[in-house]
Amino acid sequence: MSVWTRVWNAFRGDRLNRELNEEFESHIEEAVAEGRDPEEVRQVFGSMLRQREASRRVRVAAWLDGLKADVIFGWRQLRRNRVTSTAAILSLALAMGACVSAFRLIDALLWRPLPVTAPERLFALSRAELTFEGKPTHFDGWAYPDFVLMRSAAKGQAEFVAVSYTDRMDLTYASDEEMEKGLVQYVSGWMWESFGLHPALGRLFTQQDDRVPGAHPVAVLSYDYWSRRFARDPKVIGQTLRIGNQLLEIVGVGPKGFTGTEPGTVTEIFLPTMMHRSVTRDDSTWHRILVVIPPGTGMEPLRAKLDAINMAFEGARAKGFTGMSQQSIDNYLHQRVEFLPASSGVSELQEDYQQALEWLGVLVVLVLLIACLNVANLMSVLAAARAREMALRVSIGAGRWRLVQMVLVESAMLSGLAGGLGAMFAWRAAPLVLSMISSPDNPARLILSPDWRVLSFGVVLIVGVMLLFGMLPALRASAVKPVSALKGGDDPHARRRTMHGMIAVQVAFCFLVLFTAGLFVKTFQRLSHIPLGYSPQGLLLLESVAPHGKLPQAWEQVADVLRTKPGVERVAESGWPLMASSSNNAVAVNGGPPSVDLVYFLPVSPGWFETMRMRIMAGREFLLGDVNPGAAVVNQTFVKRFFNGENPVGRYFEEVGDDGLRQHFLVVGVAVDAPYRSVREAQLPVAFVPLHEVDAKGVVQPEDSTTFLVRMAGNDPTAPMARAGELRKAVAAAGAGIRVSNARAQQELIDGQTVRERLLAMLGVFFASVALLLAGIGLYGVLNYSVLQRRREIGIRVAIGARGGTIIRLVTRSVFSMVVAGLIAGVGLGLASARYMESLFFQVKASDATMLAIPSAVILAVAAVATVPAVLRALRIDPVEILRAE
Amino acid sequence: MMAIKETSGEVLSPEEGSLYPALHRMEEAGWIGAEWVVKENGKRARIYHLTAAGKKQLAMEEARWTTVSLAINRVLREA
Repeated sequence: MSVWTRVWNAFRGDRLNRELNEEFESHIEEAVAEGRDPEEVRQVFGSMLRQREASRRVRVAAWLDGLKADVIFGWRQLRRNRVTSTAAILSLALAMGACVSAFRLIDALLWRPLPVTAPERLFALSRAELTFEGKPTHFDGWAYPDFVLMRSAAKGQAEFVAVSYTDRMDLTYASDEEMEKGLVQYVSGWMWESFGLHPALGRLFTQQDDRVPGAHPVAVLSYDYWSRRFARDPKVIGQTLRIGNQLLEIVGVGPKGFTGTEPGTVTEIFLPTMMHRSVTRDDSTWHRILVVIPPGTGMEPLRAKLDAINMAFEGARAKGFTGMSQQSIDNYLHQRVEFLPASSGVSELQEDYQQALEWLGVLVVLVLLIACLNVANLMSVLAAARAREMALRVSIGAGRWRLVQMVLVESAMLSGLAGGLGAMFAWRAAPLVLSMISSPDNPARLILSPDWRVLSFGVVLIVGVMLLFGMLPALRASAVKPVSALKGGDDPHARRRTMHGMIAVQVAFCFLVLFTAGLFVKTFQRLSHIPLGYSPQGLLLLESVAPHGKLPQAWEQVADVLRTKPGVERVAESGWPLMASSSNNAVAVNGGPPSVDLVYFLPVSPGWFETMRMRIMAGREFLLGDVNPGAAVVNQTFVKRFFNGENPVGRYFEEVGDDGLRQHFLVVGVAVDAPYRSVREAQLPVAFVPLHEVDAKGVVQPEDSTTFLVRMAGNDPTAPMARAGELRKAVAAAGAGIRVSNARAQQELIDGQTVRERLLAMLGVFFASVALLLAGIGLYGVLNYSVLQRRREIGIRVAIGARGGTIIRLVTRSVFSMVVAGLIAGVGLGLASARYMESLFFQVKASDATMLAIPSAVILAVAAVATVPAVLRALRIDPVEILRAE
Repeated sequence: MMAIKETSGEVLSPEEGSLYPALHRMEEAGWIGAEWVVKENGKRARIYHLTAAGKKQLAMEEARWTTVSLAINRVLREA
């Protein structure tokens, strides 16, 4: 009989008993049939019960039989304390679900290796450098010619792969009227082979498809995109798609599970690097470099070699920087090449969210610990009530481990049930959090399908949680001494002391959660109250393109069409939306040298400031005749930096190109400061220039992309997006060959910059509330228990004349001293850990007294509320009743 | 059981019931197989038979027993 039959038999105990009985009976019947005396036969057979037990032991897995009994008994226990069990299961489920959700996100974004051969040998080439202004930074973008030099130098030592930053591009599989967006990544032709990837359909492009700039119009679709966009239609091979003016042929579909090298972005279309428009330019850093370093290659010698090549390349390039100050050039050449591990890929989302997610992980673990301490306390209370039962079990011979097993089985059932519920929670929660990070313009997608990694994390979590809250009560229950238990309990204070200790720990953790949540909320508040300098409400941005370029008149004609639409108050144009992109150059004042501080430029049309509702502090805004170069409106920071705060209207400055070309601008106005690139950074010096660009001969230049800024009438914040579709059609219908490629509200752009902070603030508040609730319940449970336990003592005290105040102090003193101790520990922990979070904060100081005082006050208030029922119960104790009961 | 008792000259007289745990242990070890059959009187009975592994085991055990008992006999006689 196999192990499985024995396991199976454990679940059919009754049937097995019946079979054994039947077999024994048939033996006796046969004997009787042979003519023997029934009495004698039964006597000679021996005790039927004993034989049956002996046989059962052979045929049933004994450990399982015991386990089964424990499970049934545990289930009864859970059902008997229904309220406690439900509270325990729900709080654990929430905490475990949060943990699993956090794990899913962190794993998918930061840890899960790329599905390539030997991901552990994959590195990203990056450089530690200074900005032109001299601030230290890291940058992993490279120019293709530099890549070619480094690749050939490292031949035989390491494999180099260029992968572009994934770009959301306009493309079409049919006519221009059916344009759609697609996430495109340009990759080295040999990437597929270097990564050991095979096509799911058709072929992948190779080294042969990536040799001559612009000469390899082939595309590979990602498996995920092929499934979503084409419903896995095999006929997709051979179809063409058009991006800009390039017509590309789909030659294959990538392997299942490979979604590009940027976690957070699921690449849809792969193209050879040679098809990128900047592949021959040495001044455009448009791709990352991934390096496969085989074992046996020394990292440091390779790094030094690459460093030298890069310095030579950049040095030669910097010789052309005639329009830059020597300081800027020195800053620029301060570079050091470095290898960063990239087994899980490299992406911006990783960089932006690594720390935030790690902190989220810490928060959920703290909440989980609080929940576990709570349940441990509840279990201790239950175990205390069962001390007599345990004593009885010990006295009739139960072994210590048998009792530990019994209590642990109960814990396992609790954590198992909680784990199941938590899994359902995590199923929904992780995609929800991801959708909060994602925006239509910058879609964040992670592969969150449950795999063995998540599954094993879940199992480890369930077992860990079980041991965490179940081990102590189990050991304590098993260590019970029958004599003292039957006498009425051993040292009751020992148990209370442990429970009080747990309260202190809980309060400390709770403080930490509340404190960090408070800092995140404050950060978000600060960021959302940054003065913008304009009114974003009701502003719709129509980012538009004209494939072959159009003259300003054409753009203006479309703007006029938009102006006739009902509900549209004003329309203006700019090169790109504020906070969507950036362009900078050095400037010179009074014919001086180029500045080290760069100035940020934005081309805008007449009426732009009025449409933005951005105040002009001095001078005027642009008029129809203003052209670029020629007139400029500068912001307050520009005035402070370059004109010493004096009124600059009527004065000149020069824009200095990298090549030293100088263009004159007359300052016609001063605009109020407005965040140019990010709400987070200090105000930059900005120069607004006219959208109408003329060349050296004064000929007006065509534009291939411009953004229409539409101000809606009224104050309805949903108006811009509600009208987007209609206005988009109106632009196309104007018949000027201009098409909207992207429509979004200005508010969306601003909100997009604080997504992380909003997420942290929201989740922080959520977890803080959960932690507070759990800590409150825990406190209530412990106090209630201690009042119940000290009933007699309190009764006697009341009988000999103690007043209400004394009783209240008696009941709450020790608990409150624990709360205070916990708070003090929490403050210490909080201050120590806040240092690691600093980069997530904005204008918020962790050591700020109010940031520490508020959580403390909240916790004290919750503690006070939690003690009320227990105090009332203590006050209601009637000494007569208690003493009579004794 | 009766057979054991008679053959051994009543030296060995085990409880008849203890046969079953022994049978079940052997079944567990895979030395014998068992199946339920319906007898003429309509009652069920369990019939055991030796398996190939069981025959091998029996031969091995017999051989060992013979060796051991021979050895013991020899020792006893020479002493």
